[in-house]
Amino acid sequence: MRRTICFNNKPVIIGASSIAGPKESEGSIGKFIETTLNDDMYGEDTFEKAESKMLFTAIKKAVDNAHKKEDEIDAIIAGDLLNQIIASTFAARNFPSAYLGIYNACATFAESLTIGAMLIDGKYMNNVVCSASSHFSSAERQYRYPLELGCTRPPQAQWTVTGAGSTVIGAKGSGPKITSATIGKVVDYGVVDANNMGAAMAPAAADTLITHFRESNCAPCDYDLIVTGDLGTLGSRILKDLSWEKGYDIEKQHVDCGELIYNLCESEYQGGSGAGCSAVVFNSYLMERLRENKLKKIAFMATGALLSSVSSQQGDSIPGIAHLVVVES
Amino acid sequence: MVFEIFLTYLKVFVVGGAICTIAQLFINYTKITAGKILVYFLLAGVLLQAVGLYQYLVDFAGAGATVPICGFGYLLADGAIKGAKIGLFEAITGGTTAAAMGITAAIIFGYIFALIFKSKSKRN
Amino acid sequence: MKTSNDCTNQNFLNYVKSISPKTKQRRSLIRAFWVGGVICMIGQTFRYLLEFGLGLSGDELSSYVSMIMIFLGALLTGLGVYDRIGKYAGGGSIVPITGFANSVVSPAMEFKTEGYIYGTAAKMFIVAGPIIVFGIASSVLVGILYFIGLRIF
Repeated sequence: MRRTICFNNKPVIIGASSIAGPKESEGSIGKFIETTLNDDMYGEDTFEKAESKMLFTAIKKAVDNAHKKEDEIDAIIAGDLLNQIIASTFAARNFPSAYLGIYNACATFAESLTIGAMLIDGKYMNNVVCSASSHFSSAERQYRYPLELGCTRPPQAQWTVTGAGSTVIGAKGSGPKITSATIGKVVDYGVVDANNMGAAMAPAAADTLITHFRESNCAPCDYDLIVTGDLGTLGSRILKDLSWEKGYDIEKQHVDCGELIYNLCESEYQGGSGAGCSAVVFNSYLMERLRENKLKKIAFMATGALLSSVSSQQGDSIPGIAHLVVVES
Repeated sequence: MVFEIFLTYLKVFVVGGAICTIAQLFINYTKITAGKILVYFLLAGVLLQAVGLYQYLVDFAGAGATVPICGFGYLLADGAIKGAKIGLFEAITGGTTAAAMGITAAIIFGYIFALIFKSKSKRN
Repeated sequence: MKTSNDCTNQNFLNYVKSISPKTKQRRSLIRAFWVGGVICMIGQTFRYLLEFGLGLSGDELSSYVSMIMIFLGALLTGLGVYDRIGKYAGGGSIVPITGFANSVVSPAMEFKTEGYIYGTAAKMFIVAGPIIVFGIASSVLVGILYFIGLRIF
């Protein structure tokens, strides 16, 4: 069994775009985000429509940034957190391209990059768009409580990112290249607390990361950064401990998008989460640094907690998943 | 008179605050969600009144005992007990009759305010 | 097929528990105490006003006080203030009857986008429904037990 894929034809990231809500735009990576919103309704009348519009904008701008026309895009691979991934579907309705809807909770963006790179590397397609989105208000309502319900948040809770990110991958062009990917497996250590998703996802992240190191014969020091999606402060610590246990010390290289996206003064919670979290950070800050050559090789690993409100009501534990993509400038 | 009112307010504050603090203890030390806490406190109020204890707390602390949700339970149980003295029909409907104002107010105001206002996003 | 129980890795769960951040116990208790106390004092104020102003008493008095408190809870929820109070006070704003109003109004507002019948009206009681169900069921039980008890003894 082998879960790591090497892309011999090196698919190129030719365009990227990110969009985020007001809270994210004020965060530490806010200045790298292409479109920042003052109002997270984005001129729509429901939060779901706003999320869909954000994703639409991110895809459109990424295609523009890649200097492509809409009909040059062969496929759109997108996902989000809403039931039946409606935000992605309704955003894709506006484009002539083929559409693949995917769901892996907050790991969706890494999954879409992996599938996109496979399509390009296999020479099935020339240009694909990979994207993901999430919206605090629509996710809150779906996974937790109504917005106006006066309840407390436990200190291990995370904050769903309002934002979307989109990447155009092409067979030709200049830009950072996707060189390999490790597809995650579902790992469940029996965490049942839906507020502690970092702990639920960290074992899956450790599994994917260690599998990647073993199968591609490399070590943490081969990477400038090992970026995880949305483990948060607590989950990051668990990941470091778990991989240290297996003999890999990632302390120096590791950084978490969830920790990165908000200002540290909001450390009352564990940081950001949601499919949009890793998508926004990847398409803004990381992309910028890769283009500037300040980062040469990064392992980008988005993590997802595969729960639904039904499964957690029924008392099931929360399985986690993590997909890893290696990007070189 | 002024002193009496002050004393009542003090009792209201302490008893009401204490009931809420017990709820907070449940939130801190167990994984019970807010909705379940409301149900447990309501049932506690019903039970305490069924054995005749909650009345003492209401007489002692007034709104401090009736405003928390266990006061709603007290109202239900009290209505049922008063009804039971009259007949079977009143025993069954007594609780709901006593709580009718609360339920009606929740539905009417709930619907009206839901029509007027919209859920707002929050930032922290 | 594996069940969720088969997956439980107790060592890991104990380890997670040991490093998870704790709620600030004392602070949260103090906040719950004073906010809960103040909400009850507001209730007492209305009690006095209705008692001395309008001459109400007994069940009528407490029903009207409940009504006013529910009105205030619903209004503050609509204005987007109650969730702020709830974040600060926790149990202090959940347990008073205003918290009950909040748990009725908040889903009603939230699901308005799904229509006035299947959204607002149907989803109104997703949080507060159990309170009505258990409240009425337990009161009927108490009523019947008392009815039988009074006739026998």
